[in-house]
Amino acid sequence: MKFKNPALVYAAFAFLISLLVWELTARFSGWSAQVFPGPGPVLISLIELTANGTLIKHSVASLFRVTAGFYLAMVLGIPLGMLLGRNTPLRLLGNPLIHFLRPISPLAWIPLSMLWFGIGDLPAVFLIFLSSFFPLLVATTIAVRSINPIYFQVATNFNFSRFETFSKIMVPATIPSIVTALRLSITIAWLVVVAAEMIAVQSGLGYLILDSRNALRMDYVMVGMVVIGVIGLLLDYIMQQLMKIESTAWGTLGSK
Amino acid sequence: MGHIVINNLNKEFVERRQIQRNKSGAAHFDQTIPVLDDINLEFQPGEMVCVLGPSGCGKSTLMRIIAGFDRPSSGQVLQDGKELTSPSPDNIFVYQHNGLLPWMTVWQNIELGVRHTEDLTQKEETIQEYIDMVELEGFENHYPHQLSGGMQRRAELARALVVNPEMLIMDEPFSGLDFLTHMKMREEVVNMHLFLGKTILMVTHNIDDALIMGDRVVILGDRPARVKLDRKLDFPHPRDPKTAPELQELREEIFFMLGVSYAV
Repeated sequence: MKFKNPALVYAAFAFLISLLVWELTARFSGWSAQVFPGPGPVLISLIELTANGTLIKHSVASLFRVTAGFYLAMVLGIPLGMLLGRNTPLRLLGNPLIHFLRPISPLAWIPLSMLWFGIGDLPAVFLIFLSSFFPLLVATTIAVRSINPIYFQVATNFNFSRFETFSKIMVPATIPSIVTALRLSITIAWLVVVAAEMIAVQSGLGYLILDSRNALRMDYVMVGMVVIGVIGLLLDYIMQQLMKIESTAWGTLGSK
Repeated sequence: MGHIVINNLNKEFVERRQIQRNKSGAAHFDQTIPVLDDINLEFQPGEMVCVLGPSGCGKSTLMRIIAGFDRPSSGQVLQDGKELTSPSPDNIFVYQHNGLLPWMTVWQNIELGVRHTEDLTQKEETIQEYIDMVELEGFENHYPHQLSGGMQRRAELARALVVNPEMLIMDEPFSGLDFLTHMKMREEVVNMHLFLGKTILMVTHNIDDALIMGDRVVILGDRPARVKLDRKLDFPHPRDPKTAPELQELREEIFFMLGVSYAV
C-alpha cells in the first residue's frame, strides 16, 4: 500500500499504540478510574469541557499570554541581539550579565513577579517574556557574529549605508537561525505559561489543571494535558511552516 | 584611472595565541609576525597584473590592503596620487568563492552595483547587458547556490564590472573550477580586459595563467614576503608559452624561483 503522506500514517500509528498502552495500563494497573482514568473517560470529559466552553476559554487565555510575552521577547530580544552581535564593547558589557541571568529559571521569578505585577495576566506575561527573551537574544547575537565577514566586506566595497548593511546583509543573513530560535523558544514559552498559570491567575490551561486537581478530577487534569500537547504541536507546526517561506529558507534550499 | 604606486609597504600581524616562554619563564603573549616586508611596486593604468607566490606568503594580505579592507603597518598605497585608505566602489574585490550574497538572486546581486541609478529602464538595461556579457541569460532569478561554480564566478564578475570600477582585485578567481571552465573563464577575462582596459590585479597559483594573461608578473616570496620578480610581459594575445621561446624561458625561471626545479 502507498500513502500520500507516510509521515502522517506513522504519526497516527504512534498515537494509536500509545492510546492502546494507556488503555491497557488504566485497565490492569489496579488503580481506580479516579486515580488513573483511561482514554474513554478522558474523551468523554474532553467532549463535555469543549461543549460547555470551558476548554476554549482556558486555551484562549493561555494563548493570549503566550502571544503577548513572546511578542515582547521578540521585539526586544532580536534587535538587542543584532546590536550586541555587531558592537563588541556593548557585547563585552552585556554578555556577562546575560549569561548570569539566563540560567535562572523563569519559575524562580514567580515570587518577585507576583509582588511586582500583582494578580492577573501581567506576571504570567512577564514570565513568558523572560523564558523566551534570553534564548532569542543569545541566538540572534550568535547568528550575527557568525555572518561570513566577506559579506560585510562586500557591503563596504559597494558603499552600503548603515541601514543597507542592516537590511541587505544582517537581516537576511540571520533570518534562518532566528526562525529556528523562534521555533525552539515558542515551545519553552508554552511550557512556562502552564506553570505560571498555576499561581497567579484564575484562567488558562495551567489553572484548569490545578483547579481540577483540587477537585480531584484526574480526567479533567488529563484533558488539560492533552490539550496542552495538541496546542504545542500546532505552534510547532506553524513555526515549521514559517521556515519554509522562501526568503527564510535560503540557507537550506537545495544547498550544495 | 587606476595608476597604483605602493611605497615601502610593511605589514605585521600580532599573534596573540602563541605563547612562548623565555628562560626566566615569563610568557610573551603578543608576538608580531612580519608578513609583508618593504614592498615597492608600480602598476600602470589598464595593466593586468598577475601576482604569484607560494601559499601563505602574504599575497592575499597585499590585495586586502590595496582594496582598503586592511591597513598597512607602515608605508602607503597611492591610487592616482592619492593615498588609498578605505574600500570604495572604485576598486571592486572579486572573491575566491562565496562573494555573492546567497539570499539574493543573480539579478539582485548585480543590481547592488547600480542601485543608485535613478532611471529605472536604464538600470534594467545595464543589468541585462552585463548578464548577457557573462552569458547568464535565463539565470537572472536563480540564487547563487543554484548555479555551478563557474557561473557563480561569472555572476560575481558581472557584479564587479557593472559598477564601472577603476580597478578589479581578484583573489584566485579560478580556484576550484574544473579544467574546461578554468580555460574558458581565463579566455573571458583576457577578452574582457582587452575590451574594457581596466586595471586588474589577480592573485593566482597558476604560473601559466600569469604568463598567458598578465601584462606584468609579480612574484612574492619568502617570509616575510618581498618582491622577488616584477617583470613586464610585452607579448600580444593570444599567447602560448610552448611556441614563444622567451615566455618558455621565463616560465622555467619562475618555476625554479618558486621551488620547482623541473618545469613540466
